[in-house]
Amino acid sequence: MTVNGWLQIAIFAAIIIALTRPLGGYLTRVVGGERTFLTPVLGPVERGLYRLAGVDPAEEQSWLTYAVAMLVFKIAGFLLLYAILRLQTVLPLNPAGQGPIAPALAFNTAVSFLTNTNWQFYAGETTMSHLAQMLGLAVQNFISAAAGIAIAVAFVRGFARRSVKTLGNFWADLVRITLYVLLPLCAVGALVIIWQGVPQTFAGSAEATTLEGAKQVISLGPVASQEAIKMLGTNGGGFFNANSAHPFENPTNLTNLLQLVAIFSLGAALTNTFGRMVHDERQGWAVFAAMGLLFVVGVAACYWSESHANPALVAVGMDPALGNMEGKEVRFGITQSALFATVTTDASCGAVNSMHESYLPLGGMVPLANIMLGEIIFGGVGSGLYGFLLFAIVAVFVAGLMVGRTPEYLGKKIEAREVKLTMLAILCLPLFMLGFTALAVVLPAALGTISAPGPHGFTEALYAYVSGAGNNGSAFAGLGGNTFWDITMGIDMLAGRFLVIIPALAIAGAMAAKKTVPPSAGTFPTHGPLFVGLTVGVILIVGGLTFFPSLALGPIVEHYAMNAGTLY
Amino acid sequence: MLRHIRPALVMLIGISVITGLIYPYVITGLAQAIFPWQASGSMIERDGKIVGSALIGQNFVGAKYFHGRPSATTEPDPKDPTKTVPTPYAADNSAGSNLAPTAKALVDRVKADVAKLRAENPGVPVPGDLVTTSGSGLDPDISPAAADFQVPRVAKARGMPQATVRGLVAAHTAPRFLGIFGEARVNVLELNLALDKAGG
Repeated sequence: MTVNGWLQIAIFAAIIIALTRPLGGYLTRVVGGERTFLTPVLGPVERGLYRLAGVDPAEEQSWLTYAVAMLVFKIAGFLLLYAILRLQTVLPLNPAGQGPIAPALAFNTAVSFLTNTNWQFYAGETTMSHLAQMLGLAVQNFISAAAGIAIAVAFVRGFARRSVKTLGNFWADLVRITLYVLLPLCAVGALVIIWQGVPQTFAGSAEATTLEGAKQVISLGPVASQEAIKMLGTNGGGFFNANSAHPFENPTNLTNLLQLVAIFSLGAALTNTFGRMVHDERQGWAVFAAMGLLFVVGVAACYWSESHANPALVAVGMDPALGNMEGKEVRFGITQSALFATVTTDASCGAVNSMHESYLPLGGMVPLANIMLGEIIFGGVGSGLYGFLLFAIVAVFVAGLMVGRTPEYLGKKIEAREVKLTMLAILCLPLFMLGFTALAVVLPAALGTISAPGPHGFTEALYAYVSGAGNNGSAFAGLGGNTFWDITMGIDMLAGRFLVIIPALAIAGAMAAKKTVPPSAGTFPTHGPLFVGLTVGVILIVGGLTFFPSLALGPIVEHYAMNAGTLY
Repeated sequence: MLRHIRPALVMLIGISVITGLIYPYVITGLAQAIFPWQASGSMIERDGKIVGSALIGQNFVGAKYFHGRPSATTEPDPKDPTKTVPTPYAADNSAGSNLAPTAKALVDRVKADVAKLRAENPGVPVPGDLVTTSGSGLDPDISPAAADFQVPRVAKARGMPQATVRGLVAAHTAPRFLGIFGEARVNVLELNLALDKAGG
């Protein structure tokens, strides 16, 4: 670890802090349906979509109507994407002549992109046509991100409103977030990264004759337009197999910094949007502080681990000075790799600029643990905020139990129904993550494609289901796919998305209907350090109790094996 | 349920057209107009022929060229398409090794590479990036230490003074972004092109 390394991390954190308030304010105006500087250009498009769809953007929906609208939209999106993937061989824009995609893989991929997971059991450059990438996958990147933010906003409306039955209009939220937030930021971002060297062409590949006379086929495509939404929407599905480690997805340290900022910026800004919507920005900053604290712990642990060289490689004569460089790019080095691994799993992005599988055991445990905690550290766009607020409900509930008082959050009484729904949303994730892992480590169909022997192989399977249900999409990428993995991961991703969203919307519906209680001397303040500490404690205790045994069997035992010189 | 079908279909098709067709086509048009070289893959030409991309590493094996890092990329086996054969720097199939830190395969590979490099330049520590594979398998760069390590071999093979070669390495060493972000690095293809130009 070096002073320069910490400076790199500190500057990144400062950029996020600086962006949170202005971007949060802009988001608040957009989801409130107010005019923005883009309205003169995009307003007609917005109104045109409403008219064609027969939607009145001012019509308010109950939580159930909001949820059903979202689900019908998701089902339609699944069918379209599945069809594009299956039919890519007969559709246009396939210059590299990619072959057909098998049904199980197409199912897995369609679910993966509609749930904002972007788990990939395929290598982009050898599987996907340009049309499948941009009209299939990239569209889902926009839609799943916009829907995620919409749900978060609806959830916050539950707290911000009083004695009403409605949470807003799903279609209006979806369209406004896509047009006024995601699209303009992506357009600007794409042009900047093209300037830095990310390709944007409809050519399939170029052929070079190397200096030593060999032939090198270099895959190309409309990479930059997809790269921008991949990061901003915390989707993470790479155009190429190597994702953001590929020099064409992430050529320089400027693009790397932009990608890191893109992953965190909307998630961080949403904490401020939350504060503004409940008319107390301090509430948002308290959430931000709790998230920031967990980020710092994770990045410090990962950076510390990876700045050490692998002792087994030092033993055979490698110079330890550069740290653990297996699976990392020279231009990023240890700091930017460890920072990226932490950020991409704090949020539910899952893009990688280094291969997590080749991290030292404790370094690789950081991204795994980040996802296990629920990706509530700024989190996926939208999903991070409502995921965090579910933990906040548990925290005020615990605080209420301690003093024997009905818990309140933001002036709303938290009662039995809300706590039950919260626990349902929180507990369904480990059920699927650990349940499927247990299945995979005994079934021959699953074991056959795990690449690593020993405890690392267990971690490979665990990471997959944790990443799937967490809707992250990063991987210990030695794992190979087959029909078993395609189907079980598909179920895992669907459960992780919708078994959280539906209870969350139900809670929001119940909250909106409640009266607001004015704060009194006995009210537990939720904008101070005590609340921050309590919520962080709840997150760590729930995550620790649930997942420690599995971590002990995987990365922790591997760490001790490595230090004892054991190889597998 | 049924009343949501029309808005769902209209929104899906509308947003698909905007974000899946208009957006990438407009960006491509702008990119090809403003940054045509980058948008087409930053290809480097020599004597009118493409010799590679400035951003993509290539496999150097001869003594007179600087070598990049080991690469874990593969291509399908021409004899049996269900298998793969190691093909370093296959720029149409990017991949890392994904080997565990406790994998015997990793340690054996590094041991063999270290032995080879030590024979070439005894007594100098073997830089980590020269014996580890990159995340993409296409890393265009090596660390300044890794370039320095190879100077004696390259200078000897080309019959050039080591100081001249070192000068070229220094000229092709890119600093950290803004002096802060990432790591200093040497682009191997650009350095080798400069070497060819310098002769020897």
